[in-house]
Amino acid sequence: MADDQAPGFDTLAVHAGGAPDPATGARQTPIYQTTSFVFDDADHAAALFNLQQPGFIYSRLTNPTVSVLEERIAALEGGVGATATASGHAAQILALFPLMSPGAEVIASKKLYGGSLNQMGHSYRKFGWNAVFVEPEAPANFRRAVTDKTRAIFIENLANPGGVIVDVEAVADIAHEAGVPLIVDSTMATPYLSKPIDWGADIVVHSTTKFLSGNGSAVGGVVVDGARFDWLTHRDKYPSLAQPAPEYHGLTFAETFGELAYTVYGHAVGLRDLGASQSPMNAWITLQGIETLGLRMQRHCDNALTVARFLESHPQVAWVSYAGLESSPFQAQARKYMPAGAGSVFTFGVTGGYDMGIKVVEGVELFSHLANIGDTRSLIIHPASTTHRQLTEEQLVAAGAGPDVIRLSIGIETVDDIIADLDRALTAAA
Amino acid sequence: MNHDAYTDDFLRDLLGGTRTVAMVGASANWNRPSYFVMKYLQQKGFRVIPVNPREAGKEILGETVHAELKDVPDPVDMVDVFRNSEAAGAITDEAIAIGAKSVWMQIGVRNDEAAARAEDAGLKVVMNRCPKIEYSRLHGELSWGGFNSRVISSKRRKL
Ligand SMILES: Cc1ncc(COP(=O)(O)O)c(C=O)c1O
Repeated sequence: MADDQAPGFDTLAVHAGGAPDPATGARQTPIYQTTSFVFDDADHAAALFNLQQPGFIYSRLTNPTVSVLEERIAALEGGVGATATASGHAAQILALFPLMSPGAEVIASKKLYGGSLNQMGHSYRKFGWNAVFVEPEAPANFRRAVTDKTRAIFIENLANPGGVIVDVEAVADIAHEAGVPLIVDSTMATPYLSKPIDWGADIVVHSTTKFLSGNGSAVGGVVVDGARFDWLTHRDKYPSLAQPAPEYHGLTFAETFGELAYTVYGHAVGLRDLGASQSPMNAWITLQGIETLGLRMQRHCDNALTVARFLESHPQVAWVSYAGLESSPFQAQARKYMPAGAGSVFTFGVTGGYDMGIKVVEGVELFSHLANIGDTRSLIIHPASTTHRQLTEEQLVAAGAGPDVIRLSIGIETVDDIIADLDRALTAAA
Repeated sequence: MNHDAYTDDFLRDLLGGTRTVAMVGASANWNRPSYFVMKYLQQKGFRVIPVNPREAGKEILGETVHAELKDVPDPVDMVDVFRNSEAAGAITDEAIAIGAKSVWMQIGVRNDEAAARAEDAGLKVVMNRCPKIEYSRLHGELSWGGFNSRVISSKRRKL
């Protein structure tokens, strides 16, 4: 495209990274379903293994279909590069892997997807990583939790499922004062609604399983680097990036690769050793979804707002927590950070408690009763009887998953049909 | 000239108009960036002439090393600076003296006074960039590593 005109969001969603195949002219991105790539000669192989030349070796590290997905999402987020992973959870580990070591701390928001709270609270301990959880509504809570062991701050900008929007700009300032990067899980927002790097975040992670792939067909994740954080000014804190790597003959990633360093490390060490790579097939499916991300997200948000307003006035509904509603304490944050809409996942409370919650999820016909979000189809779940059933009632309430809570992920169907389905199930459950 | 951001057209023209590169600070160590940048540029059809007083008279990647720019016997299009920002000043003056068409300072190297002198003398200047990264970005190879090339095109690339 012409040099003086930056491409718009929907142009990037269709085109970024996806030039015609140079070998065949194929217009759609080919699925390079291969584990390995031949070397021209021993010298070529050596240059590839030593990270001295661009090229493909083995699909655990890089793959031509997966790299189109990586470039596409990096472009949409305004990042320098990206590393695709097998799942959103794998992306979270891969994002922290270059930064953490035994004894290091990550300050994490308490308002994260429940699976992320589990991953960080329990499994990270096995690596000697310590997650310190804070309430994200007051950014100063992050500052108070900083110690000399802090290596990163991790938040969801639009939290699953609570309708909480975190003040990314304020938390980014706190992270930078503390000399650590801010990592934002932007799964619920997608770059269509908000681009965390524009608000000061250093690294963005996604579960591409959700809105990016968009139709519930492929699990995946991605780590995007904005490349604003200067690892070399914090050499002691980040030895993986800012000190010589013995396995690469003493090369220092941040010196040799400059702003590419974190993403080169993500592939050359992260995926190489953790092995959580995305498959070419899943990357291709996700690319198909991303082409229509802008269209779908706007419809998701418009439908969600209409449904949330309907529920707010329904006699069997006690409360609705959606940041797009006038009644939400997060409406001002929503206007600032995601003016096009507050996403399509939110919770509401039924008047009749636990039993009524179960009746509603069993009474719907159009909604699918399952544990996912970000599908074209509308989804429903009663956390207290499913994903959160191991918790006590006290813990349920603290997790925003009290006995009366229902979580919706509003799809792109005709909104009148979505509303009619909920109305029928709520009325029948009364 | 804005040296914080270069347009793709500017870089394409500069690289496209370059045949011979004199690399000041070229290393004979296979694991140093200057060595593998030289090797990469050679593969892409550039002639790269190494300049390094400590290696003068020896060969790197088949090319004789010269002590200084003025010792290079052949015409030079681009001077690629693998030295620090301060040293880049004198190197830029030598580049002007030998009639080079451009001066390219590597990542982390920036000398705005030297750049102004070179531009006054009619040279093009790039600072704080790597020609290997920019060449591979503009030709689709950087994308293989998951990087944002910022190039959008529905034209089929030549292999
Ligand atoms: C906000 C958020 N982050 C991360 C994840 C984990 O992603 P995945 O299931 O792809 O591992 C999820 C999944 O529900 C999520 O909602």
